[in-house]
Amino acid sequence: MSGWIYTRYELLRAFRARRFFIFSLGFPIVLYFVIASPSRNVRDFDGLGVSFPLYYMVSLASFGTMMAMISSGARISGERQAGWTRQLRITPLSVRAYFRAKVLTSYAMAITSLLLLYVAGISLGVSMPAHAWLTMTGLILVGLLPFAALGIVLGHLMTVESIGPITGGTVSLLAIVSGTWFPVKGGFLHDVGQWLPSYWLVQAGRAVVTGHTWGARGWIVVAAWTVVLVALAGVAYRRDTGRV
Amino acid sequence: MKGEVELRGLVKSFRGPSGPVRAVRGIDVSIAAGETVALLGPNGAGKSTTIDMMLGLTRPDSGSVSLFGRPPREAVDAGAVGAMLQTGALIRDLSVRELITMVAALYRHPMDVEEVISLAGLTEAAPRRTQKLSGGQTQRVRFAVALVSDPDLLLLDEPTVAMDVEGRRDFWAAMRAYAARGKTVIFATHYLEEADANADRAVLMAHGRIVADGPTTEIKAQVGSRTIRATLPEVELGELSSLPGVSAVDRHGDAVILRCTDSDAAIRALLEAQPSLRDIEIAGAGLEEAFLELTGDEDPDAEEAGAPGQR
Repeated sequence: MSGWIYTRYELLRAFRARRFFIFSLGFPIVLYFVIASPSRNVRDFDGLGVSFPLYYMVSLASFGTMMAMISSGARISGERQAGWTRQLRITPLSVRAYFRAKVLTSYAMAITSLLLLYVAGISLGVSMPAHAWLTMTGLILVGLLPFAALGIVLGHLMTVESIGPITGGTVSLLAIVSGTWFPVKGGFLHDVGQWLPSYWLVQAGRAVVTGHTWGARGWIVVAAWTVVLVALAGVAYRRDTGRV
Repeated sequence: MKGEVELRGLVKSFRGPSGPVRAVRGIDVSIAAGETVALLGPNGAGKSTTIDMMLGLTRPDSGSVSLFGRPPREAVDAGAVGAMLQTGALIRDLSVRELITMVAALYRHPMDVEEVISLAGLTEAAPRRTQKLSGGQTQRVRFAVALVSDPDLLLLDEPTVAMDVEGRRDFWAAMRAYAARGKTVIFATHYLEEADANADRAVLMAHGRIVADGPTTEIKAQVGSRTIRATLPEVELGELSSLPGVSAVDRHGDAVILRCTDSDAAIRALLEAQPSLRDIEIAGAGLEEAFLELTGDEDPDAEEAGAPGQR
């Protein structure tokens, strides 16, 4: 299948882009150690019944994977500026095969980031039963779907100059509203957050470690955002035929 | 006779900062299989927009494009069209061979990757990463990407930009080798020598219209003007431009250059009026002169059509 060879080389390119790779994967790890190392012996953080390193491993997992997914936008934007996207359009490559390559590449980056954070967490004494690790990982991967599409949308709408600040700002804002950095226990932020896919990404980890589950609302919010953003990605790609 | 490439009444406008830009204003061309055609014109003439419409990258406001009896998208999907677009860098972090393999995999019946590499003159560069290539090598990789589907129609939008003299010579040799396989090649250029040396036929564009279309030799004859060049210091150009048969005058240092509609009348009058005239040369118009004559006249609403003649 022709599209798969395209996907394979896209993956190869992502892992060869050393600076990009090291920074986008290394940043969450460094941040994690900076935040969690000093309080590595706090066993019950904020009365949640969860250790400090575990709480922040989950936080950074959602932040790091979200970042890894959206960063596909930066790669797309660069390809557009190089005129490569237009070159691809005059090949038989289908929209579906193009999106598949982009989404799988984003997931490969996100999974690598996730595994590195797990290793970092374990090194600070995090331990959970196997099913908890697996459930958390599964929910995070589902929760990342809207962000795979968001990366493509932003990549086809933004220029190389604007994509950095836009993705950085978007991720930071979503992280705060969604309770990545500190527990959001109620009020306005909590009400808004529940309608955002990033909230459920954070909850994917929290649900497992604190015993609360995703629930129907979580699935619906994630599914709705996925549908909307995939549709937008389709429109953004189809409209984006001009010279950049 | 219906050609393999048919452009019918193509019109395209863009929104510009000061109102609509009428990039292409009605183009009709028919190109037969196996022809090598130069799309010639200054910047802003509408060449790239025309090529974009031929590839289905830009939808015409009106008119139609037919490639081998099919709309552009279908011809592209069938691998019948290859193109080197005007703007173009390559994606990073792949070797030349990997990049060409990747693109080849998108087609049902691609050319052999090694054959493309050798045809584009990339044998030495094949193992190198795309971000480490020279400008000329990058262009050759883009040529290889255009060739990889073994297309019947090759569209090249100013392909030799960023190439040095030697690179250009090699590039055109490779292009002619490909055309010799019976392929149709259309290339846009504002280098007149390139059109003269490499095309059977030139389509001259200015202000979004076709101003001449035919064999390059015929276009030169069609204009029929000559130039007189001679050493003649300290003479007002105004005196010369009023001479019979002279259409334009110019001065380069001590030399004057007279563009003539009737060089016989002009030289007689000139010798009479300026007995000190020396180093006289009379030359037939090259494509360059033909080009200026056919495209240089000011268009009534040319201001919005980009900036013609920047080079």
